[in-house]
Amino acid sequence: MASTLTRDEVIKLAHLARIDIAESEIDGYLRELTQILEYVNQLSEVDVDGLKPTNQVTGLSNVWREDKPIDYGYKLDALLQNVPEVSGKYIKVNRMIE
Amino acid sequence: MSWPSIKSIANDVNSGKTTAKSLVDQALKNIESSSDYDAIISVIKERAYARAEEIDAQVKSGKQAGKLAGVPFIAKDNFLVFGNKTTAASNMLKDFDAPYQSTAINRLEAEGAICVGKSNLDAFGHGSSTENSDFMITKNPHDVTRVPGGSSGGSAASISLQLVPFSIATDTGGSIRMPASFCGVVGFKPTYGLVSRSGVIAMISSTDTLGPIANNVEDASLVIEVMSGKDELDSTTIDLDDNNIASLDAPLPHPRIGIIKEYLDQGLEPDVKANIESVIAKLKDSGAEIEEVSIPSLPLSLAVYYVLCPAEVASNLSRYDGQKFGYHEKDAKNLEESYKKSRSNGFGKEAKRRIMIGTYVLSSGYYDAYYKKAQIIRTKIIDEFNQTFKKYDFLIGPTTATTAFKIGEHSSDPLSMYLTDIMTVAVNLAGIPAISLPSGFDSKHLPLAVQLMAPQRQDKKLLSYAKQIEGLIVK
Repeated sequence: MASTLTRDEVIKLAHLARIDIAESEIDGYLRELTQILEYVNQLSEVDVDGLKPTNQVTGLSNVWREDKPIDYGYKLDALLQNVPEVSGKYIKVNRMIE
Repeated sequence: MSWPSIKSIANDVNSGKTTAKSLVDQALKNIESSSDYDAIISVIKERAYARAEEIDAQVKSGKQAGKLAGVPFIAKDNFLVFGNKTTAASNMLKDFDAPYQSTAINRLEAEGAICVGKSNLDAFGHGSSTENSDFMITKNPHDVTRVPGGSSGGSAASISLQLVPFSIATDTGGSIRMPASFCGVVGFKPTYGLVSRSGVIAMISSTDTLGPIANNVEDASLVIEVMSGKDELDSTTIDLDDNNIASLDAPLPHPRIGIIKEYLDQGLEPDVKANIESVIAKLKDSGAEIEEVSIPSLPLSLAVYYVLCPAEVASNLSRYDGQKFGYHEKDAKNLEESYKKSRSNGFGKEAKRRIMIGTYVLSSGYYDAYYKKAQIIRTKIIDEFNQTFKKYDFLIGPTTATTAFKIGEHSSDPLSMYLTDIMTVAVNLAGIPAISLPSGFDSKHLPLAVQLMAPQRQDKKLLSYAKQIEGLIVK
């Protein structure tokens, strides 16, 4: 696990997460993220033979229901009121392909 | 002034001795006169008075208005509530109007409670001091140069300031217990799934829980009883064998309690150490059988948490793309640029840090080494808790290693801020209930607290014992 984060990786992570970071911020993030990763790297030394990962803690199993719409009283108008730009009942976004 | 018990307030409203309107008047007056503490992001005035009028009319017509009739409360600003904005203390959501209400709020309203305001937090719940709020820093009512703890700092300060009889908050890694400890009030984190997360802004879906902050255990029990139970809108919700949590059990004469050794080794401040020792002595005197117990993997819990947390945060915050709701940057030449500009300007530094760490630990090549490994060690921690609970009714330790720290003390070093959660996160990883109880003051007159933990689904037993000892340990 003990990999070192690089400056290029910080730039790539920001892009993957769709966040713009300024050139002047990169070194700060590199330092902080490295410090956090160094702290969590202690997990690499733990012996976990035979143990399974925990995804949920209360012993749940899948909850199935029929594939039918249920009316929970949500109103379209209310759901659309926070949308920055609408066109009729559609969400309007910028062009995707040039 | 200090508020009487919730039960007596509701009785007075139901019997016509007082009115919901006068209670709302009082709460709003309190909020206004305490504005210097920056505990409250927004006030819900119009809707609160409309609800008060309804409740008073109901009582006048001879009907009962519920277990919480007319009781004003404050919700952490990550609960979707009608009547004002729901911001999560973030620029991303600073203009967001809840299109529906959280189940927890609906249930409290159904029993007559009235939400009068929204309290400050670290933006999206990311932090332990409210210093990561995009709007303001809440001051600790016991010393305004110190933080109230976090992320639910505003909710805890609200009770310490006696703005309302109770507040509600979320606890993902300690966000109810830690500020309750710093502010000298009672904070309860229930078993994972006991309260529906529907309509609460998601942080870490596998550890997010909701609970009350209150003046005493009885009030907290009443609130959690109303909030809890299965909900179709959150398929992780559970019912307890006995959902009547507030009708607490008879006193336990000789509970078996384990004092967690690893918590005593975590660099406790001398006053914190002396306090937990004195609490243990008092509990022993009262009949409890207490001994030291080891949970060897506990010191790993913070590292596990700070892998799982950013991973789940990165996923949960991916919905904020600036298109459907939230901060939107109009000036972009294509969709990707709009995503980037909206997210960069809408999120604060801590959210961005967590998103990037989360993106890293979930990325191919690192997933097994970080995310999966953390999930496996989570299993180990849970197994050790389960083993320990075979022998003990409860576990105990300090809620925090220090009392409230100074504003600015940790804010320039994210890792040192993370480390302040060291005593609380294991409980969230295991999904067990825990309560923070005030246990006196340190030499700086700052509140001290202990944390009592129980096995999953034993929330009622935990609250019952907490009630039994709360008067004893605070002396």
